[in-house]
Amino acid sequence: MNDIYMDNNATTMVDPAIVEAMLPFFTEQFGNPSSLHSFGNKVGFALKQARKQVQNLLGAEHDSEIIFTSCGSESDSTAILSALKAQPERREIITTVVEHPAVLNLCEYLETEGYTVHKLEVDSKGRLDLDAYAKLLSDNVAIVSVMWANNETGTIFPVEKMAEMADEAGVMFHTDAVQAVGKIPMNLQDTAIHMLSLSGHKLHAPKGVGVLYLKRGTRFRPLLRGGHQERGRRAGTENAASIVGLGLACEQAMKHMEYENTFVKALRDRLQEGILQQVPNAFATGDVDNRLPNTLNIAFEYIEGEAILLLMNKMGIAASSGSACTSGSLEPSHVMKAMGIPYTAAHGTVRFSLSRYNTMEEVERVIEAIPPIVAKLRKLSPYWGENGPVENPDQAFAPVYA
Amino acid sequence: MWDYSEKVKEHFYNPKNAGAVADANGVGDVGSISCGDALRLTLKVEPETEIILDAGFQTFGCGSAIASSSALTEMVKGKTLDEALQISNQDIADFLDGLPPEKMHCSVMGREALQAAVANYRGEEWSDDHEEGALVCKCFAIDDVMVRDTIKANNLSSVEEVTNYTKAGGGCSSCHEAIENILSEELAARGEVFTPAGSGKKKQAAKKSDLVEIEAPAPAAASGGMTLVQRIRKIEEVLEALRPALKADNGDVELVDVDGKVVYVNLVGACSGCQMAAMTLGGIQQKLIEALGEFIKVIPASERPAVA
Repeated sequence: MNDIYMDNNATTMVDPAIVEAMLPFFTEQFGNPSSLHSFGNKVGFALKQARKQVQNLLGAEHDSEIIFTSCGSESDSTAILSALKAQPERREIITTVVEHPAVLNLCEYLETEGYTVHKLEVDSKGRLDLDAYAKLLSDNVAIVSVMWANNETGTIFPVEKMAEMADEAGVMFHTDAVQAVGKIPMNLQDTAIHMLSLSGHKLHAPKGVGVLYLKRGTRFRPLLRGGHQERGRRAGTENAASIVGLGLACEQAMKHMEYENTFVKALRDRLQEGILQQVPNAFATGDVDNRLPNTLNIAFEYIEGEAILLLMNKMGIAASSGSACTSGSLEPSHVMKAMGIPYTAAHGTVRFSLSRYNTMEEVERVIEAIPPIVAKLRKLSPYWGENGPVENPDQAFAPVYA
Repeated sequence: MWDYSEKVKEHFYNPKNAGAVADANGVGDVGSISCGDALRLTLKVEPETEIILDAGFQTFGCGSAIASSSALTEMVKGKTLDEALQISNQDIADFLDGLPPEKMHCSVMGREALQAAVANYRGEEWSDDHEEGALVCKCFAIDDVMVRDTIKANNLSSVEEVTNYTKAGGGCSSCHEAIENILSEELAARGEVFTPAGSGKKKQAAKKSDLVEIEAPAPAAASGGMTLVQRIRKIEEVLEALRPALKADNGDVELVDVDGKVVYVNLVGACSGCQMAAMTLGGIQQKLIEALGEFIKVIPASERPAVA
């Protein structure tokens, strides 16, 4: 039996057709796109086509609004640092408590440099309070950076509305759309979003390539200066093969958009229903009515995520967890913490993220595999009795914490 | 994924002694805040002999927490309480053929559960005496609390001093930014300003605190007062103690030279050219650091600069 991959929010398989399209750019099409001769010229045309393909998926007005970068993190850093550099008199940033570390850790670093960072809180379903947001918008804010969809729960934020609000207040708006691009339709030309980050490897393109969308007319200061590549906005010889791959990946994502939002969504819904029907003391986290079609995050109470993943891995099932142990950090997932998920549940969260390569047969296999794994670990847990949690779990087991 | 040993996997997939022991007369409940892990150890002790007849565990935690718990119960069964208390967290880790640095606290949790259960059996109060913080140095598994406490206790003011006292930062050096940040905060707290060392050659010329040599840490004999001859004797003692282990593998080690903090050695016999040579040198370095109470670098004599 083949292994089952349900960790597509971490990274995706490169589509075989995309690998095929990339290969010539390592050998016969190896030229530098900046060169005049035909070796380079052809590559230049291929990049142009890729830029068009990305433009189409994003619904950008101009293809020159697409800047190729090395990854989502680079795009995030470029966007935020550009806004600060271009508007030195503005010393505040608005973001959320549930952003990806690519944004959060940068903001924390900027705090040490004297910037004020406002982090919007979320409720128990991971939703933002737009009134609180409106109050923070002012002439002191250099940039708002809010993710389009959350990587752990799939919860979708109303970034189009938030960008409108920022625009009216004269504030730049950036969105980290690494998880959203290719999974939900977007048409950036109709929005007030100034900048958007995406990452190739989340949509079946290779790792090491990303995009910063930069709306025409947005004031910009490059992160990497040097050569004239990307119209002087991102120096460095283009990662031609990967850019070609990303272009094709965008075209394919466009084609599969409906499939993603019907069939993949149905797989996800069946997975959720199948697991929650059989496993007591478990629940789906995040805003379940408003999330990415491929993402399911389940908290299994009284057991720990890494242990669940290791047993799943033994059964050939790949997923990920918000437990502290899997990351090597001190705390369980900052996203679960922000939603107020109790400690004993936050450590037991497992994220299943599907793709168009998953099948209903795989989903049924996972539904079969999970209940015995949870039961096995609960049998070891001091919080668990014969058939359910011990009475008053918090009092029955209150260890001395070091 | 973590790099777990086969032994860890074995104890995780098929844990021994899972569940509470019936008629237990010693119970220890402890947790490690840094992994959100928690462990209940139950012991059945024979009152006349104080021999542990049976041990069981219940663990809320990750793979290595479950494996450490399982290992602990296997190790203590049949031992007297006093014998069992001799088990260190390193013993638990060794029993499992090692744990990743981020997971060493799982073995600490096991040792603490044992202490707590024994205290419970003897009707004593047990209180935890160590605090745990975020991991700073991955090479030597040194956490934030340890670094801060050492800076405070010894008035440290440079990354080099922190390395000398705690070993943190003495390996790959990627944690130097984190150590500098901690130093900035701790120095600010005592009303001083942190000045980073220069780079390159200027680094060595940077002002060193004159407290280094005087207040060497407690765990080992201070080397500050030692003469060169005394230090070399001490180094020879350490190498002598390690020799039987090397000889068991048909190898040996000889001391070639000592230049400040750098110790040059030759690995001979089977050790010479062995793929494990780097690890062996690392082990020797570790023992020397502990014995001399200062940071020592062990380098193969072949890399010794030619004497002018």
